[in-house]
Amino acid sequence: MATHKTLGESLREHGVTRRGFLKFCAATASMMALPPTMTSAIAAALEKARRPSVIWLSFQECTGCTESLTRSHSPTVENLILDVISLDYHHTLQAASGDAAEEARLQAMKENWGSYLVVVDGSLPGPGSNMGYSTIAGHSNLDILKETVEGAAAVVAVGTCAAFGGLPRAHPNPTGAVAVQDIITNKPIINVSGCPPIPTVITGVLAQYLTFGTLPEMDGYKRPLAFFGQSIHDRCYRRPFYDKGLFAETFDDEGARAGWCLYRLGCKGPSTYNACATMRWNAGTSWPVESGHPCLGCSEPDFWDAGSFYQALSVPMANPTNTMVAAGIAGAVIGGVGATMAKKQQQQAVAKRQPVTIEELEQKL
Amino acid sequence: MSTPMEFLLWTKGPMFDWAIAIFALGMLARLVEIFWLGRKPDYAEARGSEWGPGFRTMISRSLADPGTFKRAGFDVLVGWIWHLGFLIVLFLFIPHIELIKSLLGLSWPGLPNPVIDAVTAVTLVGLVAALIHRLRDPVKQHLSTFEDYLVWVVTFLPVITGYIAYHRLVNPYPVALGLHILAVEILLIVLPFTKLTHMFTAFIARWYNGAIFGRKGVQS
Repeated sequence: MATHKTLGESLREHGVTRRGFLKFCAATASMMALPPTMTSAIAAALEKARRPSVIWLSFQECTGCTESLTRSHSPTVENLILDVISLDYHHTLQAASGDAAEEARLQAMKENWGSYLVVVDGSLPGPGSNMGYSTIAGHSNLDILKETVEGAAAVVAVGTCAAFGGLPRAHPNPTGAVAVQDIITNKPIINVSGCPPIPTVITGVLAQYLTFGTLPEMDGYKRPLAFFGQSIHDRCYRRPFYDKGLFAETFDDEGARAGWCLYRLGCKGPSTYNACATMRWNAGTSWPVESGHPCLGCSEPDFWDAGSFYQALSVPMANPTNTMVAAGIAGAVIGGVGATMAKKQQQQAVAKRQPVTIEELEQKL
Repeated sequence: MSTPMEFLLWTKGPMFDWAIAIFALGMLARLVEIFWLGRKPDYAEARGSEWGPGFRTMISRSLADPGTFKRAGFDVLVGWIWHLGFLIVLFLFIPHIELIKSLLGLSWPGLPNPVIDAVTAVTLVGLVAALIHRLRDPVKQHLSTFEDYLVWVVTFLPVITGYIAYHRLVNPYPVALGLHILAVEILLIVLPFTKLTHMFTAFIARWYNGAIFGRKGVQS
């Protein structure tokens, strides 16, 4: 592992031109909403930066995040920064296995104690649940995480599973899955959510760490604001149609073909914060909404349990029509009984009334 | 309910069920009681029809006569402005139409969002103006009870939280949206048991008025 090389040296070794490198720096600056003048500062800092030791832990995950990050649109600078330069330990990518692999992790920790980054993808069975659901080399995910994070500078939770629990944590959560932030409370955590997250977002976060030596500014969910600061809805190119009230009603109607808003087809863009609308996928080719499918809200907590993917955001979780009708009938019965009783009382009052004439009253007086 | 998303899902799930059930139960109980009790039978020979004058009065009593307007111009104007604004926002904002469609299967075209946004702002100003007037006017102050302030609060909250959610003034967003839904649920729960029932009963009362006069052959 070439720990002593600078990033610039490593990139040049892998055939990245100066031009390509500067393009990456400019893109990173713009992604992080920095002024263009910062490009050279980023380039200078990245050029000189010693690569950080990164230990990548994979727990209850589908490898989709790693696939997204390493096989997205290679070969790019992002790719190289991630899979060639940074990783000391990565289950899926490393050649070593068994004890040798675990040894590599322990060695990386020892050599970079206090300064390495831990990237986690996947959720893990939380305390109190059956640890047997996910183990590595006979150790529970929980033990490995706690042990590895102890000497880390920061933890990056990649993907919605690591950030919020994701699919494993979906109801009824058989494995007792929890997110990294549920376990780790004494280290800085950056959540890069998404199912999977956008590749450039993770490299952007790493680039920021290398350039400024600081963690990015984050939102309430500990997600970097530069990428998760605005909702999909606010940056969606179909937004003007929403504002005008022009909607696709089905996946194949005139509105869908004309590219109108997908709100009525269940788009979760209004409640989802991510950079898909601006950065897009597959080297900027497209993104779900552009390809005609509503946003699923995959970068938000509990997105699996947040109602149907194909029902509008404002629609209640379960159809309460039956409840409403049943309650309405019950109400009608109560109202009917109440009114009947009132009528009865009235009738009884009429029946029992004892008319008094003025003469009778005068006699009494 | 420890996270913002769990809060939102609670407001969209169990809490919504409770609110809509209490609303349906309370409102139906009130309405059935009103209709079942009906009016005292009128044995006199009818001099005119009930239906026409009934419906006409539903409209005519909704429009202030010149005398009322002169006496209480502020009440008429501000009352109209925020009532209309509230109805426009409630029934013509697209996410609201989607909700109604999912509940009742009825749907209609909505208004563009910037229009709804502007109407919401006007409605908010109208509601605040109405409250200030209520607090400052000695007669209104004297007449106002706890219930009057309660219905103002439960009417104001859905509008202000909706405005906040639309403009994302509270973060994270699920909290903003959840608060809006919760505010509406509070309104739904309070509605059948307060003078907010006038949403339904005002028109029924106006119809009865018109119908009674119509039957007697009196102009109303």
